[in-house]
Amino acid sequence: MDDKPLTKYIRTDQVPMDIKEYEHSGGYEALRKILKTMQPKDVMDAVKDSGLRGRGGAGFPTGMKWSFVPMGDNAPHPKYLVANGDEMEPGTFKDRLLLESAPHQLIEGMIISAYAIQADIAYVFIRGEYTLAAKIIQASLAEAYQAGYLGKNILGSGFSLEMYVHTSIGRYMCGEETGLLNALEGKRANPRAKPPFPQSSGLFGKPTIVNNIETLSNIPHIMNNGGEWFKKLSLTGEGGTKLYGASGKVKKPGLWELPLGVTLRELLEEHAGGMKDGFKLKGLLPGGASTDFLTEEHLDVNMDFTNVGKAGSRLGTGTIIVMDDKTCPVGFVHNLEAFFAQESCGWCTPCREGLPWVQRILNAIEEGNGEMRDLDILSYHTKYLGPGNTFCALAPGAMEPLQSGLKYFREDFERHIKEKRCPWRS
Amino acid sequence: MLTEEEKHEIEEEFKLYPYKSAAAIEALKVVQKHRRWVSDESIKDIAQLLGITPDELDSVATFYNLIYRKPVGRNVIHICNSVSCWVMGYESVLKHLIDHLGITYGQTSSDGRFTLLPVQCLGTCDHAPALMINGDLYRDLTPDIINSILEKYQ
Repeated sequence: MDDKPLTKYIRTDQVPMDIKEYEHSGGYEALRKILKTMQPKDVMDAVKDSGLRGRGGAGFPTGMKWSFVPMGDNAPHPKYLVANGDEMEPGTFKDRLLLESAPHQLIEGMIISAYAIQADIAYVFIRGEYTLAAKIIQASLAEAYQAGYLGKNILGSGFSLEMYVHTSIGRYMCGEETGLLNALEGKRANPRAKPPFPQSSGLFGKPTIVNNIETLSNIPHIMNNGGEWFKKLSLTGEGGTKLYGASGKVKKPGLWELPLGVTLRELLEEHAGGMKDGFKLKGLLPGGASTDFLTEEHLDVNMDFTNVGKAGSRLGTGTIIVMDDKTCPVGFVHNLEAFFAQESCGWCTPCREGLPWVQRILNAIEEGNGEMRDLDILSYHTKYLGPGNTFCALAPGAMEPLQSGLKYFREDFERHIKEKRCPWRS
Repeated sequence: MLTEEEKHEIEEEFKLYPYKSAAAIEALKVVQKHRRWVSDESIKDIAQLLGITPDELDSVATFYNLIYRKPVGRNVIHICNSVSCWVMGYESVLKHLIDHLGITYGQTSSDGRFTLLPVQCLGTCDHAPALMINGDLYRDLTPDIINSILEKYQ
């Protein structure tokens, strides 16, 4: 059995397999099997049993998400499935690989998922900067149509599905589920009020499921090998493998498919090769810009949803951003908050007004113009922009590296203020 | 005035959506593809085709980072300024670009050859720093290789 299903179809040169090669390697067998032998509910149950949780950052159980879609003869149509390929979380570069190097795995996963919820139309939502990915998915879709895996009456099953590529035009908010739906409707990517949840009223007011690229790429393998197999892939029982990555001053930055629950130490020291010579680990963000810092004391944490949560952060996207001792923590957090302030859509006041304020304070501290009471103002923000006070998860996410940065690197913030300069800049 | 070709391409997009205004983003992309940017006049023309007001369309056009509401040069450089590129020293690459081209963010070189813009994380963080020119990705950058990359874009 494959212990690295997600990268099984990825050639060493990362050139994507064409449809013939993919089929020859076992591709589209899962689709053939489920169309012949399984009802939509069976597919949904299999995904539920596998324990698969969303790989886009929030980690919501995929099968449960699907189960909220109205089914049966009276269900509204068209229903939609959207693959979220708006990968824009700073430090995250995993969906790019799956889009560029395993396009048919994604498409097969999407067709099976669409069958499970009886969707009529599917979109692959790709961020505008991923020009190569869009080209590859477009070409692969054409192949899949040609082969009869898409369109009317797929493989004689009576199930029909149209699939389109939508390339976006750049905005972090498009990765937020309801923001993405607004973007697909040709609007500003502001978030929507929930309820109604997209599962009942999503794209164009119809039932819609939005899943991450990596999540959907797991689906064919779960159908082929079953939920028990999937669960056993992980080290800690949460199911599956994960595309983990590392960037920053490590010896071998990169991306690896590993069992879910691998320790941070193994990820950092073994796969990423440890810190570059002359650099020490100061802290790291475990899963993208909107996750809390972890430090050296957390290296034995298992990188799964539960354990990273217990350590005070989130697994997020599973791509770690390493901060070394020669990088200024205030500058690091300032860079993150500048991103979030720019990407705030402006829809709700705390986020629109709060994030630029945070950014300006951090800039002042970095420039040597900070005051001690600025640290209190930053702390207030981590509460006022926290969960429950804003329309979507952007601002609460932005507060995660800030609150943990203030906690773990407080001395460094204070030194900037006392010395009226950035100690990292000569 | 939109050209017949632009109109045709936008109308093709209508087929993928239940109503015309849903194709707003596609329509903006079509016009930008032909004209490199989207002028006030184009906003009015596209809005009319979509059956929405120009203000409504402009609220969409100005929301997104990759639609240009001002003229840009023949080549657009997007340099990633997000955290991994920052840690890996994108600022030295940026400084080189600014010195070499004599322009900073939002500006176009006097010969109309380059426009320089920042961009959010390009999703290639294991090869930081990175930038994109006209959609082509360049990675593992150091200041000394920038000029040879720029040479490809006249």
